[in-house]
Parts: sequence; C-alpha cells; structure tokens
Amino acid sequence: MIEVKDIVKSFDGTVVLNHITTTLKDGQVNMIIGQSGSGKTVFMKSLIGLHKVDSGQILYDGRDLSEMNEKQIRELHREVGMLFQGAALFDSMTVLENVMYPLEMFSSMTAAEIEERARFCLQRVNIQERAMELMPSEISGGMQKRVAIARAISMNPKYLFCDEPNSGLDPKTSLVIDQLIHEITEEYNICTIVNSHDMNSIMEIGDHIVFLKGGIKEWEGSRHEIFHSESEALDDFVFASDLYKKVKRANSKL
Amino acid sequence: MKDLIKHFGEYVLLMGKVFRLPDRQRMFWRQYAREIEKQGLQSLPIVIIISVFIGAILTIQTKLNTENPLLPTYTTGLLTRETLLLEFSSTILCLILAGKVGSNIASEIGSMRITEQIDAMEIMGVNSANYLILPKIAAFMTMMPLLVIISITVGLIGGLGVGVFTDVITIQDYIVGIQYAFNPYYVWYGIIKSLVFAFIITSFSSYYGYYAYGGALDVGRASTSAVVNSNILILFADLLLTKLLL
Repeated sequence: MIEVKDIVKSFDGTVVLNHITTTLKDGQVNMIIGQSGSGKTVFMKSLIGLHKVDSGQILYDGRDLSEMNEKQIRELHREVGMLFQGAALFDSMTVLENVMYPLEMFSSMTAAEIEERARFCLQRVNIQERAMELMPSEISGGMQKRVAIARAISMNPKYLFCDEPNSGLDPKTSLVIDQLIHEITEEYNICTIVNSHDMNSIMEIGDHIVFLKGGIKEWEGSRHEIFHSESEALDDFVFASDLYKKVKRANSKL
Repeated sequence: MKDLIKHFGEYVLLMGKVFRLPDRQRMFWRQYAREIEKQGLQSLPIVIIISVFIGAILTIQTKLNTENPLLPTYTTGLLTRETLLLEFSSTILCLILAGKVGSNIASEIGSMRITEQIDAMEIMGVNSANYLILPKIAAFMTMMPLLVIISITVGLIGGLGVGVFTDVITIQDYIVGIQYAFNPYYVWYGIIKSLVFAFIITSFSSYYGYYAYGGALDVGRASTSAVVNSNILILFADLLLTKLLL
C-alpha cells in the first residue's frame, strides 16, 4: 500500500502538485487520470522517487520515501516494477535477456533458475518460445509491452507502475494489455498504479481512480462511481466523447 | 562561464556515480569484455590502415625535406620514428578514435536515455552510470596502450615499405635511422598520454550521452559535442603532459 499525504511539488515557483492526499491499495489497479499537463506524470515520478516532493509524505507500507537516502531508495526500487510508455526494453539484448536482466543483477538464483524464471514470466504474458530469442526491434509494439510487463514482474514486485501502457497500441491490443495488468495485479496482490487518459482502460480496469486537474486532486472513486459523479471537470474529461455521454445518460436513468 | 561551471559540476557528480563498486562483479566483467571487443578490437582495422599509410607518407615527406648532403642518411628513419612515438601514435590516433569511439559511446548512451532505457535501469535499482560507463572507461583504457604500440609498429613497417617498394630511401638507411639514439622513455610517454586521452574520450562522451534529452536530433547533437569537446580537451592535455613529461 502506498499512502500519499498532502504532497506539494513545484518547479521554478510553479506548483505542479497541490496538496494531494490519497491511498493506493494492494491488489487493485489505481489509475491516475487527467488531461495533458494535469500533473499525472509528475505525480507518478514523485511516487517513484524520481522527483523529490517539496512537502508531504509518501509512505510505502509505512516507509517514508522522503526520509530515505539514495541507497535506501535503490533498495526500494528493487520492490518496484515499471512499464514505460515506450516499453524501454534494452535494445542490445534479446527478449529473454531483457527479462533475465533484473534477476541477474539482484537475485541470488543460479543461471539455470534465472532462465527458468524469465521463461515463466514470458509465458505468463503469452510470449511464444520462438520470440524469446528475438531482439526487441523484431517484435511488435504490443509484444514489446508484454515483454516489458514480464520484465517488470520478474522480481515479484510489490508495486507496479505503468505509464500510459496503451499509448500507440490498437484497441484490441490495448485490451489485452489492460487485462494482463488487471490479472497480474489480482494474482500477485500487487499495488498497481496506472497513469492513463484512455477511457477504455479506465472503464475496463480502474478499481480506484484519482482524477487530477491543474495539479489538484479533483475527484477520487471507483469506475462505477464515475457515472454518478457530481464533478463537472471529471464529466468534461471522461465524457468528452459522445459515446460515453450516451452511456452516462443511460446509467443515470437506471 | 556559468554553463561551463554547470557542465563541470554535472560531470564531477556523474563520475562520482560511475566510480563505485559494481552491483554485480559478474555483470561488470561481461560488459567489460563486450567493450574490449567493441572499442578495442573493432578499432584495430582503422588503426592499422591509418598507421601504415601515415608511416609511409611521413617517410617520403621527411626524405624530401631532408635532402641535404650535410645531414646523415639515417635522418629520415630517425625523424619518422620520433614523430610516430611522440605525437602520431598517441595524440593524433586518439583524435581519430575520439571520432569513432566517442561518437559511438555518446550516441549509444544518448539513445538509451531518450528511449527511457536508463530510467528503466534506475527504477530497477541499478546504478545506471556505473553499469554503463565504468566498463567503457576501463575497457578503452586497457586497449589504448595496445593500440598505441600496434600503431607505432605498423607505422614503422609502413615506412619500411617505402624502402622496399620505392627508391626514395634504402632499407638499410631506414633501419639504421629507426634504431639510432632510441630512447625507450618516449614509448612510455606515448602510453601515459594515451591513457589520459582514453579517459577523456570515454568519460566526456559518456557524459554528453548520459545527459542527452529530446529526440534523435538531440542525440546527434550530443554526439557531435562529445567529439568536438573531447578533441579540444585532448589537445589541452597533450600540451600539459608534454610540458610535464618531457
């Protein structure tokens, strides 16, 4: 569980995150949503420790991030998996080597155990055996994302961060990635944080949603509560498309 | 001036991250072996080609400029050897390799930066600067003295080729010249200089790549800056070391 308590972050006097408080629980997909420039990325980077917050606390199962030194943050990062927007696979390594990399760096397993674990993770995200020896540039964008998920879960992380996991993917592949994130979150009881503005993802897997606007937490709730929210800003963002406006009207009548 | 201080500060901080014990020794040695192959062995063909031609050209030009009955016949061989030992095989070779190795390092690390591969390492808890940069510095500093010695040898053979295939100089005069008044310290001087230059090339190129941001164009810019600034620093270091060591 990650507890965020009243955090403030500013750059050159411009406040980007303004007194945000929320709790991100284990075993659920916590989605950070908002328009471009709303502070989503800064919020996620602050959670991970890539940005130091000006004030407030970020507690990883009670451990205060702001009180950790560089070494302690590095140790905490070994409990973290991250799926980057562009997958960020190491292009000098094969698919299999990419997943083996964190295990080789930090686990005490033997070489055979490392390879076995990496193959298991890749199979878990439905990567075929023959694709494991390919280079990242030789596989599709959707497969790259799946390999990145396999790499992120290889060390059994307690916390999984996903930055715009569906960007650049077609709707069908996006659905596969969403379902995979959701399944893995429940299966391993991970605290998953997804940064997204993809409405389909939000409605598909958003167990807990935090809506940011101009650096302020505008709304917080589950995906089911979105349809009954009173927030105009949330309505503007979520129901920007005609389709979702119709869905909301239909839900409101129920 | 403010920019220069900023760059220097960032460079020192980066080197502070680089020179730490590797997270995993096994991974360090694996990277080190790869860099030995990539930076050292893959540079061998260009070093041999350039050195053999420069050795031959130096011999012809020196002979043409020392056509004087008052000068001994071994002068051409002697001057060719001294030029190769003192300047070409250490400094000029490093200036050439700054283009090949330096741009390769800056673009490789820069591409990793802009595609978030370095961020991915940091999130895993890896000291990315140490993992990526230390093996490059160590490998190039290992290989550079060898490349210098190979360059000197091949350059002298290139000069000998002039004696064998042309009538510009006799083989005997050339061989006497390259052996005359030989000072072994000049070889050490070349090796010491090359070690310093190898460090400049790898560390500065890594610095420019590590702090690259933006897109492909910016990686190209970082790569160019790495080569240009490494070259300038090599020349400054050359002047300083020559004053100190000779």
